[in-house]
Amino acid sequence: MEYRDYYQILDVGRDATQDEMKKSYRKLARKYHPDVSKEADADSKFQELGEAYEVLRDPEKRAAYDQFGSNWQNGQDFEPPPNWDAGFEFSGAGYTGGAEGRGHSDFFEELFGRRQYGGASAAGFQDIHLKGEDQHAKIVIPLKDAFEGSKQVITLSKATIDHQGSVTTRPHTLHVTIPKGIVEGQRIRLKGQGMPGMGNAPSGDLFLEICFAENPFFHAEKRDIYLRLPVTPWEAALGATVTVPTLGGKVQLKIPAGSQGGRKLRLKGRGLCTAKNSGDQYVELRVVVPEASTDEQKKLYKEMAELMPVDPRAGMVF
Amino acid sequence: MSNTVTWLSGTVLDEETNCGLTELCKLCGINAETVQDMVSEGVITPREAAPQSYQFTYIEIRRVQTAVRLQRDLRINLPGCALALDLLEELDELRGRRKR
Repeated sequence: MEYRDYYQILDVGRDATQDEMKKSYRKLARKYHPDVSKEADADSKFQELGEAYEVLRDPEKRAAYDQFGSNWQNGQDFEPPPNWDAGFEFSGAGYTGGAEGRGHSDFFEELFGRRQYGGASAAGFQDIHLKGEDQHAKIVIPLKDAFEGSKQVITLSKATIDHQGSVTTRPHTLHVTIPKGIVEGQRIRLKGQGMPGMGNAPSGDLFLEICFAENPFFHAEKRDIYLRLPVTPWEAALGATVTVPTLGGKVQLKIPAGSQGGRKLRLKGRGLCTAKNSGDQYVELRVVVPEASTDEQKKLYKEMAELMPVDPRAGMVF
Repeated sequence: MSNTVTWLSGTVLDEETNCGLTELCKLCGINAETVQDMVSEGVITPREAAPQSYQFTYIEIRRVQTAVRLQRDLRINLPGCALALDLLEELDELRGRRKR
């Protein structure tokens, strides 16, 4: 079991007052709140923080925690000495509330008890019926899977409640069908796949948010797919039919004569489509200028300059 | 142990689907009064404005759920939640635009 340095987590000294801890907690809670923070480990940081504050703001728990001394490092291997909790009120009372819906570290559970719903005895527990909490998770899928629809296997940690009312978490594998034409940021609600309910009450729901994996060529904006397509100056000037990749395979695209770099051409219905909605693919032309390395090639560019004089900066008035 | 795998299909929460007041309350675990407060503070905007025929798109579920968490965890009041949600959405859009 790893030692948790709650003072370090809460970013306060060991002699911090209630007021100092509250201030620090509020500040860090805003920083790491999963709905607000973009830090990759915001979820676990926020959970840690809640746990630290839960212990330190409670004078009983803080006193019990403090007796381990200040020589421990966060993450260090730790076993509490036998009978360490003698004389403290909370011992045997089980889970003490707060930080709803969030798990605790092994360290916390060893010291302050496992989570018990309502601290209920086996007999009392049967009379309590409470809907399980909703769970939220993100899933990263390739663009192609969103385009075609796919089947994904995901593993989440899921809590189970035994008949005593105590909670254990273990990995839980889910097989989920992702419908064709899902859009980034959209969520799928899986009814009854959240936390288990108490008594006869139903489980909560699982909300899966869709994220797209980075793709070297395509990117999605809502239902539309964007692709930058390199073309030669003569393809752009004279027009051409070129082969373009789409998420559904290669297609032929006609580049109109007289196109400039930056021109966007639309491939209708080649974006993320559902039965009701359709998206397009936009192809943005990027003109690639051939290098002039031989004398002959240089001569050709000079001839072009004479034949087709153009001032691309004519419109820049400043 | 059997080898058959059950593939779960969920509901996509998109702007196409609407839900009424009762369903929204049930999905988010809140009461009608809270929904009413959220509407008047601009946390959520119903498609149908008259309370007896409230219709919300499924997109609003996320705003309700986030507002509930912000209220609980950061003690932000409803007007503050509405502001935070609007700013978060704008931030998301800007981040997405910068990636391109």
